[in-house]
Amino acid sequence: MKTRTEFHPLPTILSVLAALVVSVFLLWLTGAPPFEAAGLMLEGAFGSADKIANTLLAWTPLVLASAGLVVTFAAGMWNIGVEGQIVMGAIAASFVAREVPGEAWLVVPLTLVAGVVGGSLWAMLAGVLRTKGHVNEIFGGLGLDFVAAGVAVYLVIGPWSREGTASTSGTDIFREEAWLPTTTMFGTEMPLLAVTLALTATVAVYYLLRGTRFGLRLKAVGQSPRSAFLMGIPNDRYILYAFAVGGALAGIAGAVQATGYHHKLVPSVSGGYGFLGILVVLLAGFSAKWIVPIALFFVTVSVGSTTMELRLGLDSAFGGVLQAVIVLFVMFGTAYATERRRRSKAWSSDP
Amino acid sequence: MDWSATLNSIVAAAAPLILATIGETISEKSGVINLSLEGSLRLSAMVGFVAAFWAGHALVGFAAAMLVGALIATIIAFGNIKLKINQIALGFVLYLLAVELASFLGDPFVGERGEQVPPLPIPGLSEIPFIGKVLFDHNLVVYGSFLAVFATWYLFYRTRAGLTIHGIGERPEGAFARGIPVNRLRFVYTVIGGALVGLAGAAYSLDVKLGWRETLTLNLGWIALAIVIFGSWHPVRVALGCYLFGALQVAAFQLQDVFPGVAQVLPIAPFPLMILALVMIYAGWFVRLGDRWPRARGWLLVEPPGAIGTIFERE
Repeated sequence: MKTRTEFHPLPTILSVLAALVVSVFLLWLTGAPPFEAAGLMLEGAFGSADKIANTLLAWTPLVLASAGLVVTFAAGMWNIGVEGQIVMGAIAASFVAREVPGEAWLVVPLTLVAGVVGGSLWAMLAGVLRTKGHVNEIFGGLGLDFVAAGVAVYLVIGPWSREGTASTSGTDIFREEAWLPTTTMFGTEMPLLAVTLALTATVAVYYLLRGTRFGLRLKAVGQSPRSAFLMGIPNDRYILYAFAVGGALAGIAGAVQATGYHHKLVPSVSGGYGFLGILVVLLAGFSAKWIVPIALFFVTVSVGSTTMELRLGLDSAFGGVLQAVIVLFVMFGTAYATERRRRSKAWSSDP
Repeated sequence: MDWSATLNSIVAAAAPLILATIGETISEKSGVINLSLEGSLRLSAMVGFVAAFWAGHALVGFAAAMLVGALIATIIAFGNIKLKINQIALGFVLYLLAVELASFLGDPFVGERGEQVPPLPIPGLSEIPFIGKVLFDHNLVVYGSFLAVFATWYLFYRTRAGLTIHGIGERPEGAFARGIPVNRLRFVYTVIGGALVGLAGAAYSLDVKLGWRETLTLNLGWIALAIVIFGSWHPVRVALGCYLFGALQVAAFQLQDVFPGVAQVLPIAPFPLMILALVMIYAGWFVRLGDRWPRARGWLLVEPPGAIGTIFERE
């Protein structure tokens, strides 16, 4: 499958500008002042130390999920199952947070390990369905997303329900030793550990794909499965490795969501960061290099648009519209540039 | 339990889902996956509701919703065919865009009371005991779903155009060599399919669950995608899948008091079923079963169009 596109700076910039114009037009349609809206967005995301901490805490799972998706995309896989992998990571981490007694130094690492295991195994299930069962990973992954969501709902209203009530609002709050630790800075609780995890994961994925034999082989499988096979690379095994790594990172994202953000298991624990991560990676051109700033921009828009809703009475879905419009326009812009270049090459090489 | 009333409600509830799945079947059969279904359905439900609300007539809502579905399909067809953008990527981005747009633009209309499709029992036929109640005591949406299934079946298996659709979805190179304009036809069928999805959206907001709210068609687009696979791209089997899902919904509703939680878990059933159906295609024992009874094979196997999701290039 061809997922790679060439990077064209000028068309990309023009596309982003066009997307912004369309979004401003939408704001104008609803009668909202665009510049005030943009200002409120920035204020909502970075207006105070508390808000910055909150934004970074949302940024972490998005970067983790995106980094995982870069790995699965490198192997040519559309990991639509990423949402389910986040949920399974969160479920596994919640299990540890609920059941394992002891101090934070013991429980916190265990919740993260549990997240890795949960996400990774769930992803490998999609991988096995793909390699052994010939089930396309898009539909297999989609199905597993819903199954994972079903398991989360079942746990929240069933075995892990709060004493006396069976509502979908979540389990009991975990005891504090199981919370992902934060660092007190500038008078607020900064999620430094979470941010470190996300940055480490991004750098690791970047070097895994750039500088290692494993990464090279993974990309060979993704770009040309047939030639990779002829070179003696076991395609199926590498696809499974990609799912294992991608799922592990998504699983950590789930663990961070459960133990760092909600402090409990809720049915919507993934926060939609898996699907949003797909947008991030599409915009980043499938490379780990750009996911950190793009994800920061995306969470700024997401977090900021809630402030916009509070102050301007504008539905916070505007943030999602802006994100999707930008990705759509950049997609068309770069594809148009690629096509034109290809056409003109074909012309000039004609005798 | 009154069986004729229960079956009547299943047939009515499944009608929009049938329109959506048939639309997707037409599109996928020609080789183009419209992954935006979940979003298309939601945005067209919203636009359909609002258009009918403003115009004061349900028909306007259906027309507007159809345009929305067709427009999204046009973006996918154009990007995929002219600019060679990956279908999945396009469909996915449009899914998110349509979902967010529906929430954003539809926000002021949540809770409004809008238009409704009037009931239209067919005189004579609806008097037939049992069957009349189940099949002919409905409205135009439901009769439209019957028509969509029959017309698509006829198109696929009884006409020359149907053969061509198989050709461009299975072996576009071969079809092209025989002088068939592969990409132009894919464009047309994708847009027709999208228009049907749009109709389905309006059917939700103007018929099945009146009004507009974000959760109106929640997950039904994904379920429709699963049912198309489960139904092996065959209009009649796809429709049966929709009725089966309708029955599951009714069962979940009935069992709610006995087993709390079942209402949340049962609607997930189509997804494991879809995976199972896909796994079974290649399972050895199942293939042998199909070899022994060729007739059963046609009804049990799930066979995707050979060139689904691919880009056809002339060069």
